[in-house]
Amino acid sequence: MIREGKVFKFGDHINTDEIIPARYLATTDPDELAKNCMEDARPGFGMREDVSGSIMVAGENFGCGSSREHAPIAIKAAGIQCVVAKSFARIFLRNCINIGLPIVELEQTDAMEEGDYLKIDFNAGQVTNTSQGAEYTTNTYPEFLQQIIQSGGWLTYATTHLAPQWVLEGERLNG
Amino acid sequence: MNTEEQRLTLTEKIFSEKAERIVKAGDYLLLDVDVALGNDITAPVAIKEFEKFGGRRVYDPERIVFVADHFTPNKDIQSAMQVKMVRDFARTHGIKNFFDVGKMGIEHVLLPEQGLVKSGDLVVGADSHTCTYGALGAFSTGVGSTDLAGVFFTGKAWFKVPEAIRVELKGKFTPGVSGKDLILHLITLLGVDGANYQALEFTGPGVAAVSMDSRFTVSNMAIEAGGKAGLFPVDAVTQEYEESRGIKVNPRSADEEAVYSRSIEIDLGTLEPTVARPFLPDNGATISTLTAEKIKIDQVVIGSCTNGRIEDLRAAAAVLGDEPIAEGLRCIILPGSQEVYLQAMREGLTEKFVSAGCAFSTPTCGPCLGGHMGILAEKEVAVSTTNRNFVGRMGHSSSEVYLASPVVAAATAVKGYLCGPDDAALERLT
Repeated sequence: MIREGKVFKFGDHINTDEIIPARYLATTDPDELAKNCMEDARPGFGMREDVSGSIMVAGENFGCGSSREHAPIAIKAAGIQCVVAKSFARIFLRNCINIGLPIVELEQTDAMEEGDYLKIDFNAGQVTNTSQGAEYTTNTYPEFLQQIIQSGGWLTYATTHLAPQWVLEGERLNG
Repeated sequence: MNTEEQRLTLTEKIFSEKAERIVKAGDYLLLDVDVALGNDITAPVAIKEFEKFGGRRVYDPERIVFVADHFTPNKDIQSAMQVKMVRDFARTHGIKNFFDVGKMGIEHVLLPEQGLVKSGDLVVGADSHTCTYGALGAFSTGVGSTDLAGVFFTGKAWFKVPEAIRVELKGKFTPGVSGKDLILHLITLLGVDGANYQALEFTGPGVAAVSMDSRFTVSNMAIEAGGKAGLFPVDAVTQEYEESRGIKVNPRSADEEAVYSRSIEIDLGTLEPTVARPFLPDNGATISTLTAEKIKIDQVVIGSCTNGRIEDLRAAAAVLGDEPIAEGLRCIILPGSQEVYLQAMREGLTEKFVSAGCAFSTPTCGPCLGGHMGILAEKEVAVSTTNRNFVGRMGHSSSEVYLASPVVAAATAVKGYLCGPDDAALERLT
């Protein structure tokens, strides 16, 4: 998988209240959430036309705070191709793996500037900043998580490999 | 004797029991959970995903709990539709643990109180403060809505067994100091990501003197240091609490030789009332360093999954004494559950609050997340016993939130500026 696009740059500890403030949580519609994506970090961000197809770059602890899955859903629905950060908060990382929003942990995000063009090759574990001519190597996920990611997310994996048939058919046979 | 078995953290012990083999930090596991929780914001996302992926019947309705607590009593049509979706889903799938207005409480106050979670359980909740139940010696952690939908399908969730940080407690709190001050102090030491991917485990001789309600407060805010969980050992205090709910549990703690990623020692006797200034929970300072600034406060909020228990309301009432709240300040008090509400009435606390000029509400998460029931206007400043003080958390993006204990919040409500309890209030607290 390769993801590429223009960089939008954010700082450290971007929390889920900034990614999607609670005042917009009375809906689960991804397109509605996308319009308000990053509203309290950068007002108007979700309404910009150049957000779709871009890459989000941030510092430490991206996605800290609440467990609201509306946060990665808003980012994904806004058309962001990938989030690259020095580190991710645990629940946010988990949610990204579960819903199939590509993310990369990379120590060197300070070097990246707003507007740079990034190319991320997930199979090769490589991030290229074509604007600066810089290349970085990333860590790959442990096998268990790779299985989930390759399935396309947790529910695809769970419904394919784990859920009993009666859960999907609505009839529980033999009690 | 297997030496591996004698060197487990409490986290590893609970996961080992559930996995029916010895597991260690770093292991990935797929496990049945005892309880999976959703609220009126996160459950609708899970329900939609369940239906999108072809779910027709939930795997086990008994282990699912829904609490409509965030935008309830419904603040608008959209939130009413969200709750309706959860209510209908619960009815269709025979999920009897759906708590609606009039019966509900704030989820993390309600579940332990109702005996729905207990010591030794493995719990996931689509709410970041699900770590609260670590106070009971359960392994309990916040997840997303997709994980909740995964439990609808399979009864299971995936886990990475986390490393743990040992927090060794000694001594005991002085009057006016409680679990909130301990956890704000600890988050300030660790930083908001200092425990990311890790569990906090509280141990040491000081644990015994920490009340159950204070433990809930401490475990509740483990997530504010990035923690996956915040665990207390199961001791006499836990046993007494569980017994009052008809649950018998055995003592349980980490092995003495357990391997931790880091150890921190805290003397409870040296802690002072502590406040987290805007805009992160790790921006802590003792109240004595802030009082002189006479920071004017517009609104005080006492309640939430962090500090909405009876002990919190008792402390706030004791600090208020017979004083009215300050002119020009609003004070909103939100008991964490119907049981806490009733108990506050029985003890005369409600009358005291209302007489002092406070608003006394039905349980709701409401203002804590800037949902409803007390939103801050432009540039307003609040002191709140809640858990997050991010930019815009409780309202306008230029508003500010100071996180504090019920004692500091009540003292502030009387004086109108950020301050701790005076000598007379301290006298009433002892």
